[in-house]
Amino acid sequence: MSAALLAVAVALPAVAGILLLVVGALGGSRRTERIGAPIGIAVAALALVAAILAALGRARLELPFLTARGAGATELRVDALAAPVLPLVAVIALLVLVFATGDATRPAGRFHGLMLLFSAAVAVTVTATDLAVLLFAWEVMGATSYALIGFRWREPARVEGGMVAFLVTRTGDLGLYLAAGAALAAGTGWRLDALPDAQGPWLAVLAAGILAAGLGKAAQLPFSFWISRAMAGPSAVSALLHSAAMVAMGGYLLLRMSPLLAASGWAAPVAAWTGAATAIALGVVALFQTDLKQLLAASTAAQLGFVVLAAGVGGTTGGTLQLIAHAATKALLFLVAGAWLTAVGTKEFAGLRGIARRWPVVGLVGTAGALSLAGIPPLSLWAAKDTVLAAALEQNPALYAAGLVGAALSAAYSGRMLALLWRPASRGIGGSGRDGAPEQHWDTEEKGTRRVSALAVAPMLVLAIAALGLGVLALPGPRSALGLAGDVEPAWPELLASAALAVVILLLALVRPPRPWALALDWFGMERAARRVLAAPTLRLADRLAAADDAFARLLDGGNTVLLRSAAVSARVDDAGAVGTVRRVARTTSALGTAARRSQTGNLYQYYLAAVVLLALAVLLLIVVR
Amino acid sequence: MLSLLVFFPLVVAAVLALARRMPPRVATGAWVGAAILETALTLVVVLGGSGAGTGAAGTGKDLAWEERIAWMPGVGASYHVGVDGLSTPLLLLTAVTFLACALWSLRDPDRPRQLAALFLFLQSVTVGTFVAQDLILFFIFFDLSIVGMYFVIAGWGHGDRRRSALRFFLYTFLGSLALLLGFIALYLGASPRTFDIPELIRAGSLAATPGLAIAALVAIVIGLAIKTPTIPFHTWLPPAHTDAPTTGSVVLAALLLKLGTYGFVRVAMPLLPEAWRALAPVVVAIGIVSVLLGALLALAQTNVKRMIAYTSINHMGYVVLAVGAAGLAGTDAVAARLAITGAVVQMVSHGLITGALFFLAGALRDRGGSYELGDYGGLAAVAPRYSAMFAVAAFASLGIPGLSGFIAEFQIFAGSIGAAGVVAVALPGILITAALFLRAIQRLLTGEVAGRAQGFTDLGRRETAVVGGLLVLSLLIGVLPGPLLALIEPASAQLAALLGGS
Repeated sequence: MSAALLAVAVALPAVAGILLLVVGALGGSRRTERIGAPIGIAVAALALVAAILAALGRARLELPFLTARGAGATELRVDALAAPVLPLVAVIALLVLVFATGDATRPAGRFHGLMLLFSAAVAVTVTATDLAVLLFAWEVMGATSYALIGFRWREPARVEGGMVAFLVTRTGDLGLYLAAGAALAAGTGWRLDALPDAQGPWLAVLAAGILAAGLGKAAQLPFSFWISRAMAGPSAVSALLHSAAMVAMGGYLLLRMSPLLAASGWAAPVAAWTGAATAIALGVVALFQTDLKQLLAASTAAQLGFVVLAAGVGGTTGGTLQLIAHAATKALLFLVAGAWLTAVGTKEFAGLRGIARRWPVVGLVGTAGALSLAGIPPLSLWAAKDTVLAAALEQNPALYAAGLVGAALSAAYSGRMLALLWRPASRGIGGSGRDGAPEQHWDTEEKGTRRVSALAVAPMLVLAIAALGLGVLALPGPRSALGLAGDVEPAWPELLASAALAVVILLLALVRPPRPWALALDWFGMERAARRVLAAPTLRLADRLAAADDAFARLLDGGNTVLLRSAAVSARVDDAGAVGTVRRVARTTSALGTAARRSQTGNLYQYYLAAVVLLALAVLLLIVVR
Repeated sequence: MLSLLVFFPLVVAAVLALARRMPPRVATGAWVGAAILETALTLVVVLGGSGAGTGAAGTGKDLAWEERIAWMPGVGASYHVGVDGLSTPLLLLTAVTFLACALWSLRDPDRPRQLAALFLFLQSVTVGTFVAQDLILFFIFFDLSIVGMYFVIAGWGHGDRRRSALRFFLYTFLGSLALLLGFIALYLGASPRTFDIPELIRAGSLAATPGLAIAALVAIVIGLAIKTPTIPFHTWLPPAHTDAPTTGSVVLAALLLKLGTYGFVRVAMPLLPEAWRALAPVVVAIGIVSVLLGALLALAQTNVKRMIAYTSINHMGYVVLAVGAAGLAGTDAVAARLAITGAVVQMVSHGLITGALFFLAGALRDRGGSYELGDYGGLAAVAPRYSAMFAVAAFASLGIPGLSGFIAEFQIFAGSIGAAGVVAVALPGILITAALFLRAIQRLLTGEVAGRAQGFTDLGRRETAVVGGLLVLSLLIGVLPGPLLALIEPASAQLAALLGGS
């Protein structure tokens, strides 16, 4: 029974998604335009029900058809870690599809098809128990994310954004291919829970591979810049991919593999410090953005930094709580940004100043999200983050301090965001003020509709309740109900200290937003550096090699002619004694070669003679040795 | 049964070649009919043969549908055919590819009768190579394929077709002669002397003289490497593809390149396992270089057909890498088996996907008169079906799961890295391939409609069916690889065991 439920949760969106895409591509796009949204929402709803039931029943599903007979069957399984995440992704997928329908994301058939396919890949990623299946789903996530980011393909910058995102994350993904080979060499097989048993250098290779894949997808340093380019996608895409699903899967993988990271000795501290560094660096980036979606993107990388930090210090519970709370909070904020983008045609703060007053309901739910993001008690991210930091404190006080800096930055950029969205438009505000009325900046990205539909607001309300209330998961009771018990719990002084820090910094940022900083606005030039150090030299190398290859081909052509001329001179080899076999070969080829020559200029004659010489040598060898 | 499979297309080809008065419509109809019948026969062979031979354990090779007729007893050559898990997937690929070509050419006005005869001839010799169990038989079929393809390029190509055809003929023919030298050495080194492949495996050849064995293997490897082609023997491939007609490119890429890689698993590895182990580091190195250089050279191309041709070098590089790594696996039979299975899957997968890509490149030239990426833009707006097909084929080729390329490349990399960690340096090949295909998608399909994309007619129903059919097969292998793997596994396990020295 539970196996069937898991099958529904995975296969139903996959099949429905592929059908929508295929029918649309083969010319039925008018039909899929009409039925795309209803089918997408219905399938996502069914998948959600199946996911919840599968999570409650701790389902497992064998996949015998994936491997050849006799090779041990592979399976999907909902374990303690997957149980909260599987329904989480399903519910956010459903809410986002509802929003997209209200927001009129078109063409609906292609959009819903891709989103369903993507969420199926996420469901497999969450429940995979071995490397082969994990990599399978992992790469499908990457490919569909490319198509979703470049969804509006008429605009080259958006397609380019998808390409950057895909190539950067795939760079990390190579780690999983490497890990699959290392697991074989180490003799552990591909089961994820067996990987920490590896020994010697292969253990290090395994850990490095997994770490690269996780950091890449989670937009951690040094990969973070791809998530900035991913903002070229529709808002609904960002709400799923860049909050709850794809980016979060990077953190999820590291949480799942945290025993492996620990076993390797070095990978766990590297993960922890990378997470802390990302939380700080991308927190700074977020603080200086002039575009709402860019702020949210940088904040996503920073918040995922806490998940990665948790994986590094073995704080799986805290990491999972952070993952869940952040997913709800950030999905909400992306939907808010998307609703306003549709309404006024811009996501630049210059055009969004005071916009929360114009659409107060959206403004209020957005405020709930921002407060949760800031770590204000008792909202969801406050308790989650402190659970992560408590685990960090046990290992290393410096790590804890770094984490606190990251937390303070979250409060700062959330405060600045609130200030920009609520302050009356007449008053200039740090970095984006003094450049006229916000209306002058409307419709710069697309033509605004000047309205936010009720269907788009409904999912925000649900997410706002989650962002406000999921903090209860940090309490011991609900936590053990979810099977997340058994980790370090934050002490009250820590909780209070972090709460006070968040409130103070938030107020400070509300009153005195920071001055602009161009380097941080530019994401510290990460993409330019990657282009200069990796992409450009590779392209130059390719061009040089291509020129060299052409020269090499010409050289061979010339060389052959000379060679063959001289060979033709000694072509008088007696093949009279040739054995039947080879003679037959010679005769066949000779007849055909003569025929070939007829359609040719004289050139072939020489080549042919050379061939006969070689053939004759072969025959001679045969005769002499026999 | 196998003889029927080999010679039926040849008989039809002969009839078509001789019937000068036959109306073109009838000729193409006969071609399609023969291709369908041949596909049905292939299915019988594959499905009916899967259980055969399993009882004959311990005899070395387990062949199904075996036929052996004395032919030239004086030199120990016989007409010996038979199939196993290494050949049946390629037989299926052959049938599918030629059927696709027949359907694609249904309305081709250029000498359809002669073209049909030539392609049926090519089909015969391709099938013949895949079922041959005798070195001389293998060599004859292998060589005749070169002659057939020469005429296809010279007769139906475009651009500088004579020169390209000639270069193709010259290179591959000289390569096949190197192969012949190696075969003769194998014959001479065996006792009793024979060209029979199973007998050579059982009795071993040149085992007492390792130096000679290596020399023979070098000759064979060079012969096969030219055909595959690997770097540095690849210079004939891009011009041959660029100037070949669409169906010619499809057969060349999907099947004729596979004759080279098939030779590795059918001849080079099982007949000279000791020498193969000794030479394996070189083979792995050639594979790594082909993967990386092939991808980089493809990245630099602006002509879509040349680009696909160079990606073929990259993709065949994975196969060479895998068979080389299998030789380094030592006693690690799991890694070796995985690498060999991956290599065979890659042969099939590359055939399907690159076949589809060459059809699409051909459609581009049919409509726009150019292969240059820069001449087009925004095709997705004017030709949604074409664009969807191109995008799926590109993603298949860059190894996205759900399509066959991933199944092949994952097994190749996992098995090869498992056998020899150094193979990991070839991993960036995956990334470069992704970059070049995404760039091609971006230039051809997205953005505003530009250049020759204006007035571009979308794929017709028949064209969609041909390309779509190949991609659906790739999807089937990608989602449900089990049956195909089950077909290959026994043979690759056997080969891995041979290499492992047991």
